[in-house]
This record gives sequence, C-alpha cells and structure tokens, in this order.
Amino acid sequence: MADLLNVQGLATQFQTREGMIHAVNGVSFKLKEGETLGIVGESGCGKSVTMMSILRLIPMPPGKIMAGQAIFQGKDLLMMSNDEIRHIRGAQISMVFQDPMTSFNPVITIGRQVAEPLEIHNGLTRKQALERAGEMMKMVGIPNVEERLNEYPHQFSGGMRQRMMIAMALICTPQILIADEPTTALDVTIQAQIVELVKRLRDELGMAVIWITHDLGIIAGMAQRVLVLYAGFIIEEAPVKELYAHAQHPYTLGLLNSLPRMDEMGYHRLTSINGMPPVLLRDVTSCPFAPRCTYKIEHCLHENPLLRTISPDHHVACWVDPATGKERA
Amino acid sequence: MSPQEALLKVDHLVKYFPITRGIVFQRQIGAVHAVDDVSFEVRKGETLGLVGESGCGKSTTGRTILQLYRPTSGHVYYEDHDLVKIKSEELRKMRRKMQMIFQDPYASLNPRMTVGEIVGEPLLVHHLASHKQADERVAELLKLVGLNPAYADRYPHEFSGGQRQRVGVARALSMQPDLIVCDEPISALDVSIQAQVVNLLEDLQKQFNLTYLFIAHDLSMVRHISSRVAVMYLGIIVELTGRNELYSNPLHPYTQSLLSAVPIPDPVAEEKRQRRILQGEIPSPINPPSGCRFRTRCPIAAEICSKVRPDFREVAPDHFVACHMVV
Repeated sequence: MADLLNVQGLATQFQTREGMIHAVNGVSFKLKEGETLGIVGESGCGKSVTMMSILRLIPMPPGKIMAGQAIFQGKDLLMMSNDEIRHIRGAQISMVFQDPMTSFNPVITIGRQVAEPLEIHNGLTRKQALERAGEMMKMVGIPNVEERLNEYPHQFSGGMRQRMMIAMALICTPQILIADEPTTALDVTIQAQIVELVKRLRDELGMAVIWITHDLGIIAGMAQRVLVLYAGFIIEEAPVKELYAHAQHPYTLGLLNSLPRMDEMGYHRLTSINGMPPVLLRDVTSCPFAPRCTYKIEHCLHENPLLRTISPDHHVACWVDPATGKERA
Repeated sequence: MSPQEALLKVDHLVKYFPITRGIVFQRQIGAVHAVDDVSFEVRKGETLGLVGESGCGKSTTGRTILQLYRPTSGHVYYEDHDLVKIKSEELRKMRRKMQMIFQDPYASLNPRMTVGEIVGEPLLVHHLASHKQADERVAELLKLVGLNPAYADRYPHEFSGGQRQRVGVARALSMQPDLIVCDEPISALDVSIQAQVVNLLEDLQKQFNLTYLFIAHDLSMVRHISSRVAVMYLGIIVELTGRNELYSNPLHPYTQSLLSAVPIPDPVAEEKRQRRILQGEIPSPINPPSGCRFRTRCPIAAEICSKVRPDFREVAPDHFVACHMVV
C-alpha cells in the first residue's frame, strides 16, 4: 500500500534558559493508508513533540524545527505556508489531545465547536454544519444529541468530552487521525469504550491512525506497527506481534518486563529500569540509554547506534544483541 | 502471629460530605455519599489492594481510616482502639503507627523544606529524637529508600518524580509504622519508574513486616502487589477476596467488566480476548441509585436490584460479594 505520510530526519529543539533542549533528534517513519501506528515512550521522550512538529503546532519560539521533512500527498508539511497547513490541519490530518478538560473552549457550545471545522474547511453554513455535527455526535455515542448540541463543555463528563473531541476530529473525514494519549485522563472502563470507538470508526472510515501512548497494553490490541521512542530517538520499530514477542532493544525489553500482567500466574518480581531518562541538553554522542542499560558495552559510550534492520520489518538502534549480550555483527 | 490476625478493622464506615448553600446561613441541601457503609479488615503483614475508578471513594476511605476526615458514622478499630472515639492527643500518638504515602509527589512535599527536614520532622514533632539523632536517622532512612544521604540538604524541586516518591516513603517510615496507607503512590510516575517504587515498597514490607492498604486504579499493579483485593464502586465495596480468587473467579458483574476492560500488553492475548465493555458512566454520588449502586450499568440487573441494597456477604470462604444475582 502507498505511503500516506513519510517523515524523514525530523529534529525539533526548544530554547530554554538552560540551553537548547534536543527534544526530537532525527525521527523517520512512514505511515501507510489505513494503518494504525503506535508510538510508545515515557514522558519527555518526544512522542508528542514529533506529532505536533508534523502538524506545525509547536510554539515557535521557543520551539524550532531544525531539520527534516514530512511528505503528505507529495508536499512537505514542514515547508508549507501557514495558510496551506491550515487547510490540512483538522481537514485531512486531525488530532485528538490528551486532556479533554482543557481542549475545548469553555464559552462556546459543544455543537458549534464540533461543527466549526466544516464551516472553515468545507464552507458549509452554520445550520448545515450543526446538522452534520449532530450526526457525528450520534456516531460517537452521545445520547440526546439535539439537546446536547447547545450545551457547554463543562456540562459533559470526561469520557463524553473525549468522544466529542473525536467527533470534532473526524467531522471532515480526515485521512490521518493522530491520537495523543486520548485515554490517559480516563478511567479504565471509559478507556475501553473510547478504544473500541476509535477502532470501529477507523474501520468504517478507512483512515490511518497514529496512537501515541505510554501504555503498552493499549497498543497491543490496537496497532499494527509500533515505534518506541527514547530521548527523542526511535530506538525500535517492529510489527506489533514481533515487538512484544521478540523485542530487541534493552529499553523495550525493560519496559515490557516492568509491567505486571493481569493474566500471569503466580508472582514474579518486576524488573525495573534503574535511573531516569536523560536531560536532553547536549548533542548526543553516546547511546542515550547507556547509563541505564544492563547490556552496555564499551562501544555504547562512544557512539550512538543508528536504527538498523535486523529482519525485514524490524529495526533497532542498539549495538548489542540481547540474546548473546555481545555486539551485533 | 497468625496471618489471619486483623490489624485494622473497618466497621460500617460512612463518610458524607455536605453540600451547602448560602453564605451567612449555610443550609445543607444534599450530601456527596463518598463512602457509604463499608466494612473490611486489614490483616497483619498483608497488602490489601483497594481498587476502583475515580470518584468511587477509595481515597476517601483511606483518609477516613486515618481520621484525616472524621467519619459520618461507623468505627475504625486499630488493634483494640476505636480511632473514631479517641481524643486528639491520643490520636496523634496513634498516628505514629499509621502513616500515609500520597499520590502526587509534587504536591505532598513542602517546597520550602529540605528533604532532610521533611523526613526528620515527624521525629521532632513526636519528640522521638534530638536534632542530632534525627539527622542520623534521616541519613539511614534515605539510604534505605535508595537515595544518597548527601541529598538531605536538597529541596524537593531538585528531584524527579520517582525520587520524590522515595522521599515520601522515607517520611512515612521515619515513625516505624505498622500500617501504611498508600494512596495511588505510583500513578503519577512513568512506567519504568513505577516498577522501581513498587519493588521498594515490597522490599520494605519484608524487611519491617509492614501492612499496606494499597489504593490504586491500576488493576494489574494491584494484582501484582496485593494479597487480597477489595473492589469499590460508588462508595461501597462490591467484592473482596484473595488476589488469585478475584482475578480468576470474579463474581460481581462490575469486577468482571472492570477486569475485562484492562488492556493486556500482549497482542496475541488481546486478539483472543472477549471483551465485555461496560456501557454508560458512573452515576453521581450526590444522588446514587436506589438499591444496588451498580444496577444502572449492570448487564444482569433484575427487579430486586432497584429495591433492596444487596448485603455484603461471604459466598465462599473469604470471598465477599454484594450482589443479589450471585448465589
């Protein structure tokens, strides 16, 4: 299938009082039509910044996209004028944010906010747009839509607001939906509802989904391919089953082993990853995970490993083969 | 000491928060039924997990047990003392034996105090040590929780979330308590750091024979750390039993749906899974449903469920459920 989005060498930095923060350091990936791509990493690993850079939602300054391109429909999103990118955002690529409490304007009715993209991108009148918004809200499972269109965000619960965010994101039937930890603020039963909803809509509308999360559990049942980010680098990329069964990077292995599993029998002590993620103030000259890594060898301290292919779809950025503990040939 | 011996007994505990209207003359116009008649015991040396979704009253239960909130009615027995009846000075002494670790490691440490002062303060407050002794004890405690004792002069903002949570643990340990109420101690932390803190809690439990009441919403972590688990929904405990029993044989329909909603980090297992997705949302605790609290979302609710509140009864040895439909 064709590549819908092709991101190459994306690098984003932020100017702070302490110096430049190297948030994203040369991230490259492709997204195919209709595919669901999971992006996993801990806070500060650059997963949100990557996506916000692509949609040019990074506040500049202090942020700055240093390098890279993001080709969507033959055009580079990073080189577009503000006017051009505005026609992409919300229409062809849309985003659902983590916090449904703060992502709505509190003084505008829900109906108008959900309908707004249609007025802007498709030139519908307010009445037509509102009608369509009502249909969309039904589709995401909001009861009593006619009344609720005229209510304000505070009158909705967190789960309902997240549904509404999804309705707003999908109202122009985009080709790509970027979901940035959309269920982190929600309870587990509500999270299951939202995950099912996005899966259903994805299959019905045939769109591609990029699902950003720190929860390896959600990704397992959702994505076809997974990228693992650490310190602004992609450190592993693999199809979902391959990743969970044969993770190669010590960090991915560490993450998987640090999770307790609900379906396991008996007890085993969790394997924790020692230390903390690095502060990204310097240019990276060694493997950023080396200080926390139990497999590290001399080479790791001198050179940052680049992503390399170890089987057709499986790429990993590590000098060491965890099976042998020795350097890869 | 038998493992069955109860350290803490909670007896028909109720906590309502009044809702008032008016500025000068406040009239009560309703109440949030945060905790509505829960009874359970915490046994010596065990970890009792208390799980539920936000707003189900699990944190309020924890705080009411420690008398940080005074209960509306009911009793909390610690060994043989009824904490509800105890006077403030005596209660202060009792508090040494019961400590708490809070959810938010950013908000629960005073930013103007050094870590050494934070960990040492309880010792001075309870006149258990001189300043010099306290300093020595602080160094010991920091070492115990995996922090460099030289950090005692630093302020909380110089630490990461995981390290701060270790400071919170050190503070709780300074009193050599028997019981620690852990109120979502890891939910603000990153995955790789969560495991560090959980392992620390487990090690300390073994070393000092601590008893934990572990409040959390992460069902996989609760399964990992607990010996028994209580599931809360809208102010009541719907099910309470041993860890393995609860996860392999959940009887209450809410527990069943809750377990089915938890994602498993394994794509192969996820594919095979039959999910039961709960419809709707948790009702308001201001005006909870009559009869069984769960009936509005329950897939098997019958007529009796709206009329009679189900008893919390022992349906199998050490397996308690509050549901009419469970025989």
